[in-house]
Amino acid sequence: MRKKNQTTFEGSRVDPIIDKYNAEQGSLISILQDIQAEYRYLPREALEHVARRLNIPVVQAFGVATFFRAFTLEPRGRQLIHVCMGTACHVRGSQNVLEEVERKLEIKAGGTTPDGEYTLETVNCVGACALGPVVIRNEEYLSHMTPTKVSGLLKKV
Amino acid sequence: MRISSVKELDELRREIQDSRDPDRPRITVCGGTGCSATGCKGVAGMLRVGLKSRELEGRVDLSVTGCHGFCECGPIVIVYPQGIFYQRVTPEDVDEIITETIEHGKPVERLLYRDPVTGEKKIHETDIPFYQKQMRLTIGNNTAIDPASISDYLATGGYSALAKVLYGMAPEAVIEEIKRSGLRGRGGGGFPTGVKWESTRNAPGDIKYVICNADEGDPGAYMDRSILEGNPHSVLEGMIIGAYAIGSHEGYVYVRNEYPLAVANTATAIQQARELGLLGEDILGSGFSFDIRINRGGGAFVCGESTALMASLEGKPGEPRAKYIHTSEKGLWDMPSNLNNVETWANVPLIINRGSQWYSRIGTESSKGTKVFSLVGKINNTGLVEVPMGITLREIIFDIGGGIPGGRRLKAVQTGGPSGGCIPEALIDLPVDYERLAEVGSMMGSGGMIVMDENTCMVDIARYFTSFLQEESCGKCVPCREGLFRLGEILTDITQGRGRMEDLPIIEDLSEMLKDASLCGLGTTAANPVMSTLNYFRDEYVAHIRDGKCPAGVCRELIAFRIDREKCTGCGVCMKNCPSGAITGEKKQTHVLNTERCTKCGICYDSCRFDAVKKE
Repeated sequence: MRKKNQTTFEGSRVDPIIDKYNAEQGSLISILQDIQAEYRYLPREALEHVARRLNIPVVQAFGVATFFRAFTLEPRGRQLIHVCMGTACHVRGSQNVLEEVERKLEIKAGGTTPDGEYTLETVNCVGACALGPVVIRNEEYLSHMTPTKVSGLLKKV
Repeated sequence: MRISSVKELDELRREIQDSRDPDRPRITVCGGTGCSATGCKGVAGMLRVGLKSRELEGRVDLSVTGCHGFCECGPIVIVYPQGIFYQRVTPEDVDEIITETIEHGKPVERLLYRDPVTGEKKIHETDIPFYQKQMRLTIGNNTAIDPASISDYLATGGYSALAKVLYGMAPEAVIEEIKRSGLRGRGGGGFPTGVKWESTRNAPGDIKYVICNADEGDPGAYMDRSILEGNPHSVLEGMIIGAYAIGSHEGYVYVRNEYPLAVANTATAIQQARELGLLGEDILGSGFSFDIRINRGGGAFVCGESTALMASLEGKPGEPRAKYIHTSEKGLWDMPSNLNNVETWANVPLIINRGSQWYSRIGTESSKGTKVFSLVGKINNTGLVEVPMGITLREIIFDIGGGIPGGRRLKAVQTGGPSGGCIPEALIDLPVDYERLAEVGSMMGSGGMIVMDENTCMVDIARYFTSFLQEESCGKCVPCREGLFRLGEILTDITQGRGRMEDLPIIEDLSEMLKDASLCGLGTTAANPVMSTLNYFRDEYVAHIRDGKCPAGVCRELIAFRIDREKCTGCGVCMKNCPSGAITGEKKQTHVLNTERCTKCGICYDSCRFDAVKKE
């Protein structure tokens, strides 16, 4: 099942995170969130290790990791750009903002630039609806975005 | 310190209140999401530095609070004891605020809110039209409370409802009181809260769970975020009271991971409540024990549905199940479970403190109390508003919201998120309550209220919600998974000029099927945005299909841009910004747009300062 040549990650590196939640099944999502916060994605070996420690089938760990959109099995870029696609942002033109970011970064939503610098993702409402269209650069909320504001935003980083 | 009796709680409260001088100057900075994005941290930082450098540190209090609601005007700063309301404050304004207001007691004129109609300057929050028609029962205390301080919550009477319940009311009496108040679920469904509690209490079993649904996924809604961020103890107090009434000893707050501040503030509040003995073993010495844990969501819209949320709490993918057996009997880990959303829980202490009679006098026949809405979209005063049930949409949009920007016409109001519908302008005098909204094809939902003007395309809105739901459908049941997929295809065809008139009855058929055959609420209500727009804006669908036109000028395949020769000054801004090189022209000469190369991104339209780019 495992491709031997690509294994670089030791599953047991995530033990402290699992221990923090007493290896409880109900904490699976929290554990995966903490792992992702640490490694910026969910390495396959980590998922397999978590499943072993929580005494759940590996398929459940992968099921959860692929069901929720917050998780990614691919490494993300150093910088995360989220474009909010909530209704309030949509009626104020978030689609145009997204397309401009896609053009500027030369990647589609969900992609990562080849140099590993940026990952671009869309999000279905971040609850900052009064500020729409909203772009979140790493953890910073940028309000009232327009396509023309986009280039400045990416250069500044 | 642990408090082990009501007497000790009252003493502590008195101590806190006595230590506070109401005449002492206090500055509060709104730290809500809106104000954070517009720079409140910088303002608070400058205030801290400014107070220190003028040696006012010990004499003036400074606190960063939760959301004040008027996000349009952030960052908001209020100076007490006068209660002077400053808007759009920048770090550069701080010096003047300290000199004028703190040292000389005078308002800084230019930072006051100016009424756009009368031009009059307003000094206090209560003078501003945005706040005047509101009834801010659950979010009002946000301005007075530092969410990280349990003392602030206690000072405003916090946990007195809990004390009243633990020492003066039997669990059944609490349920009766909530039933009499008429409180209904604020998450969308509107199920009577007291009845829900009662069935969980009566369900057989020793282990029962109480859950707070803070997985606010409706796009365009952020009420629960603001309550949890701004006043987390009010939610905890509600949950503890509910747990006592139901007979539960374990609770969960399931909160979106996209709301890091809400997670942090709730965690702090839980910790503080535990330390004071308001959570945990033997609460207030009453013998009743209850504790709360936080679980963060994984970003799935469907987890707002109760059974999907519970699956996710068990560490499984968030797929709903059929509810032949209610969650009040078999919910989390197959135990009786009671789930209410954030705003519902925050209403509970109010009802206990002031009584069900007082509460049930607010609102309409069937819908009692207030409701928080996030008023967003094409509206002048965006922000969070809390209004009594029964208020009309007109009052919310025009009196509170200040109408539509740019003098444009209101077209529709969308309520209820992806489960709700679009209410046309003609129905704007509709009183807002659960039944009236449902009658016109929408629903209360969790409280998103997205205002749309004549530049919003209703077919595009239907397509938007359908594709949102298609993406968020968990895929477990066929009607929802496949039905939404087909609906999405048809709507995309229409917005791209490939629609046929015979698609309209198919849309109606698919919508009926979704409603009748889907497994959970996501699917059964999924067609509401489509049905309501088709119902009220059929002519727009027809214009797309028959005339190949998008009347609102939104659907790209159906519009074209051109440059008005009369108005173009040849400034070159559009040419420079055009990503596809479709605009050419010499400096100071009229520019030309090559429609072959144009991708209709609209950047030229947005960037032209001379209104020379036309969309038709």
